[in-house]
Parts: sequence; structure tokens; C-alpha cells
Amino acid sequence: MPYSTADLLELHRQMLLIRKVEERLSQLFLEGTIPGTLHQSLGQEAVAVGVCRALRETDIITSTHRPHAHALAKGVSLPSFIAELLGKTTGCCKGRGGSMHVGDITKGMVPSIAIVGGGIPIATGMALAFKRRGEDHVAVSFSGDGGVAEGIFHEAVNMGAIWDLPILYVIENNRYAASTHYSRNTKLEQLSGIAAAYGIPGVTIDGNDVLEVHETTRTAVERARAGEGPTIIEAMTYRITGHNRRDPCNYMPEDERDHALEQEPVKRFEEILLRDGHAETSLLAEMQTELETEIEAVIETALAAPDPDPEEAFRYVYAEPVES
Amino acid sequence: MKKIAIAPALRDGLIEEMRRDKNVFCMGEDISIPGGWGGVFTVTLGLEEEFRDQLIDTPIAEAGSVGLGIGAALAGLRPVLDIQYSDFLFLAMDQIVNHAAKLRYMSGGTLSVPLLIRAPVGATGRGAQHAQNMERFFTGVPGLKVICPATAYDAKGLLKAAIRDDNPVLMFEHKLLYGSKGISAAPGEIDASSEIPDEDFIVPIGKGIVRRSGGDVTIVATLLMMHLALAAAKELASQGIEAEVIDPRTLDPLDWPLIEQSVEKTSRAIIVEEGPKTGGWSAEVAASLGERMMEYLTAPIQRVASPDIPVPFAPALENAYRPNIRQIVQAVENLIALG
Repeated sequence: MPYSTADLLELHRQMLLIRKVEERLSQLFLEGTIPGTLHQSLGQEAVAVGVCRALRETDIITSTHRPHAHALAKGVSLPSFIAELLGKTTGCCKGRGGSMHVGDITKGMVPSIAIVGGGIPIATGMALAFKRRGEDHVAVSFSGDGGVAEGIFHEAVNMGAIWDLPILYVIENNRYAASTHYSRNTKLEQLSGIAAAYGIPGVTIDGNDVLEVHETTRTAVERARAGEGPTIIEAMTYRITGHNRRDPCNYMPEDERDHALEQEPVKRFEEILLRDGHAETSLLAEMQTELETEIEAVIETALAAPDPDPEEAFRYVYAEPVES
Repeated sequence: MKKIAIAPALRDGLIEEMRRDKNVFCMGEDISIPGGWGGVFTVTLGLEEEFRDQLIDTPIAEAGSVGLGIGAALAGLRPVLDIQYSDFLFLAMDQIVNHAAKLRYMSGGTLSVPLLIRAPVGATGRGAQHAQNMERFFTGVPGLKVICPATAYDAKGLLKAAIRDDNPVLMFEHKLLYGSKGISAAPGEIDASSEIPDEDFIVPIGKGIVRRSGGDVTIVATLLMMHLALAAAKELASQGIEAEVIDPRTLDPLDWPLIEQSVEKTSRAIIVEEGPKTGGWSAEVAASLGERMMEYLTAPIQRVASPDIPVPFAPALENAYRPNIRQIVQAVENLIALG
């Protein structure tokens, strides 16, 4: 598909936003400003952005314990995202979720599900609902390479397949399930090969090439909207930081990391934009400065927002009674 | 009014709710296979003619099915999941406890999960893995509701209330109370049939009922144990002891006002539970009664429950596992003897 310069710059802006937010979050965490833990998406921005740019707001995604990029790419607002990580009432989950559960259903993201594999059947069930109601929405389940080894992956993908549900199973293969390389967890050369077991298409793509991710997703989404069923997309990428903020990554070979840093998606795309004349260096620098300014302002506002009142801890456990 | 058993009462409830609201649908293993059984206990038998579009036969995949049910519920449908034996809920534990129960909270109240899971319980000659009373594992999980109908009236009324509830609800049905016919009929069944009105009704979740009034002792029991408690109360009456039998009908949230009112009057409490005694829901009720009612109690709170063993197969052993009328009578007599 031909991309306009504006399209390409928007893809870049979104990836850069995620990158800059993640870098800033890392600092805030190390300073002790962000409570809990962080599973960051640095290096995996192209998968989130490439997939989500091929979706409508009414399409839905489920995510994992590493949901930051997905949330921002799907349109969860930056202020509510940052506030959630800080545990504020203004957060997208009113401080009940935190880093591992960010989401906003009005933007098409179920609060992310931090049990590995847990979101896969839930996305499939939403696809079932879309199909039953004759709506043309699609669902996307993001999981990591680690999630494929969970039993629930099999149950959910099998049902998605037998009922031709409008869903994409995106396996974001960042090579490591926590610290375990994916080759230790499967006999398959590529995880997309598992699609054969369900009789559905499976493809492996360069997950650090945002345009390839976008194109592949568009094709799979069209297929799903047409009632032809699910696709498994394995997007090869690399986690250029630790599993969480405390992980020194000693299990990653140095040459592998060096290579991954050369292939990281934001820099790669920036080089393409410059090479093909879509942007000047100054424009990209300006874009980065604007984003950084926006992020700082958002953080400042979020920090000033109130913490939830402990008296309110009991709210939202149950839905209110409905008519009988 | 017509007098029917629990299985047909549940079937009628499903029919009415599926007619009333097209978002309601049933999902489960073997629930609507032509020439099949209508679920293991015939509850969905014959529904496929009118409701072909509202019945989904799933592969054998409890965790996945519950997960799909959660997703469908998030998207605005009202799934009713049929689990063949409640023991299989362990396969779906993550989906129920980590996802169905918590998504509303984790989302800051923006999502709801109107999902009903129906599951048969009770020791019925099938050995250790088709026999457990799973209520204990879900009672006390914030975000879930747990209902346990002992009569056909309550089965239908609670089913309809649960389908209309915006929260995830687990409904436990006792295999010896269904009144299923044909090959699904269980030996040793107890008649739990009721007169059921023709018009629409619900039994509110969280409301118990006094099954028998009496001033000497309160017996709290659900499902099959409620029927045994009533039989025990009858026997006790012949000795001049009047037992009040409370059927909470809902284990979570429990109808505390009803139980408190009864214990204030009787000053003695016994809880009867089918299932291992250690860590059962009766332990929670006993502990809470101790906290709430100490000044009214004239005797220690007693539990009549199963021994802490897996459910055995041999009928002689299974009968020793399941609490019986004699044990309930004995427990009451012991309490009364304390003064």
C-alpha cells in the first residue's frame, strides 16, 4: 500500500512517543517515583504501532504484563496512562490496575492481563461476540513467545479457528520468555508454524519493520472482517532492556544484543524516512522535542493528581444491581 | 403452577431468559448435539430446536470456554456456561479467579463480566474426580457470587437472577437433586421438585430462607445437606427439640441478617457442609458467627462436614464421606446436652 509522508511520519511519531515515554518511565522508576515493577517495551515499538495502526478504535486488543506500547499505540490517552502507573485516581483504571493492567475499553483495549496466556481466550470471546452480533469489529490478542507454551493458547486458538472468529493472534517474539530463549521452549523453527495445528494461516515477519507489520496486519484484518477466520502473526523483535527494570540481561549474548541494537525499529525507520526524503533531520529533532515537552507536562500533572482515598478501596469490586 | 424437578426448572429458566434477551446464550460440552444428551444432566435437552443460534457446543476445553465466556461478557453478551462436573472448574481456575473476578476492579469499574457458570456438585458414586463440592473454592473470592439452589423454585429463580446480574456468578447444582430422567437419572435422588408459578419471577441473590422454624438450634445448610437437615429436624421434633433450618441459597454474599436473627433466637448453631471440613465454607460461617454472635451463643458452634479425605468410590466409603442425618441429629443432641 502506498503511504503518504504524513502516514509515515505518524507511524514514526507513535513509535518515538512510546520510546520516549519508556525511557522516562525507566528514570522515574529508578528514582522511586513509580511504585511496583515495570515490564518495558523498548525495542518492540514497531509491533504495537504497526498492528494498532491497522485497527479501528472499535476493534479491541488484549495485552500482557508488557502492555505499555500496546496501550499507547491503541490510543489510551497519555495522561491517563501515566497517571495509572503512578497509582493516581486520574489513571485509566483509577489506580486499581497499574503498569501491568493499563487499558481503556473506550479506546478498544481491555485492561491488560498479566497472567501469561490469560488474555488469549478473552480476546477470542470478544471476537465471538462480534461475530454473533454481526458486527465487523476484529479482536487482536497480543502475546509473547512465552505465551505459546501455555495450555490456554491451544484452547483459545483452536476455538477461534473452528468458529472462524474475527481475531488475530499476534505473537510478539522478543526471543526471551523472561530469561529463557524461545528455542528452548519449542521444537518449531518459527512459532508461526503452530498455525498448521489449527488449520489457519501463520506468518513470521520482521517485527522491527513497522511497515511490514502494518501491511501484514491489514491483510489479516481484512480476512478476519470478511469472516474468513483468524491468522497467527509471529513478529520477530527484540527486548532491548531487561524483562523488568531489575534485570541485567546476563543471559543475552553480547553480539546478539549489539545486532539487535542495530536493528531496533525506531532508528531503522528514522533512517528510512531520511533516506527517502520524507523528513529532514531537523523535523525529526523537532518532533522529538515536542514529544519530550508533552511527556514532561503530562508527568507533572499526573504527579500532582490525588492518590486514591483508602476508603474507596472497596469500590468497583462488584457491578451495581441491575433491573430484575 | 406446576410441580417440576430442578433439571426441567433450569431448562424452563433458560428458555425464558433466552427468549427475553437474545444476548443470553448457553455454551458448553455436549449441550446441544443432535441425538445427544442436552448436557450431562439433561438441562439443555431439546433446546436446540428453538434456540439453535443461542447454543454453542464447545470442544473439551474448560479454561478456554470460560475465557471465551469472559470475553463475550465483556463485549455485552450474557453467556451461561455449562460445566459437566464442577471438579473440572479447577481447569478454569485462572480464568475465573484471576480474570472474571478481577477485571471489573482492575478496570476501575469500567468493565463488567455478566457471566454465569453452572456446575454440578456432590458425591454420587463416581469416585474422587467427579464428586467434589467446589463451593468452598469460590466462596470468599472478591468479585464472584456463589449460589446453591436446593429446590426447583430456587434453581429457576436464582438462575434467572444470575443471568440478569452484571457480575460473574457460579451456580452449583447437586447431582442428587436434579430429578433428571432416563440415563442421567441418579440413584439415591432426593425429591427437590417445587410448585413453580407460571409468571416471571426471580430469587434474589444474597437472600436466604427459613426452611423450618424452631427455637432450639439453628442449622445452616445448602443443597443436599439442606434436605438432610430438614429430615434431621423432623427426627429431632419427635424428641421435642425444635430446629430452625436456614438455607442461605447464596454462599457469597451470605445473608447475615437472616442467620443472625435465627441465632439470636436459638443461641445454638450448627453448619452442615458436604466437603472436607478443613477450610470449607462452613469454617468461614462458624468463625464469623463467633465474631458476630458470641454474646448470644450458649454452646460452641458445631460443624458437620465430610472427613478430610478425597471422595471415595466404594459405596460403603462414600456413604461414610457424605454427612448424614444421624450425624446432624447427634450434633444437635450434643449441643442441647451442653445446656
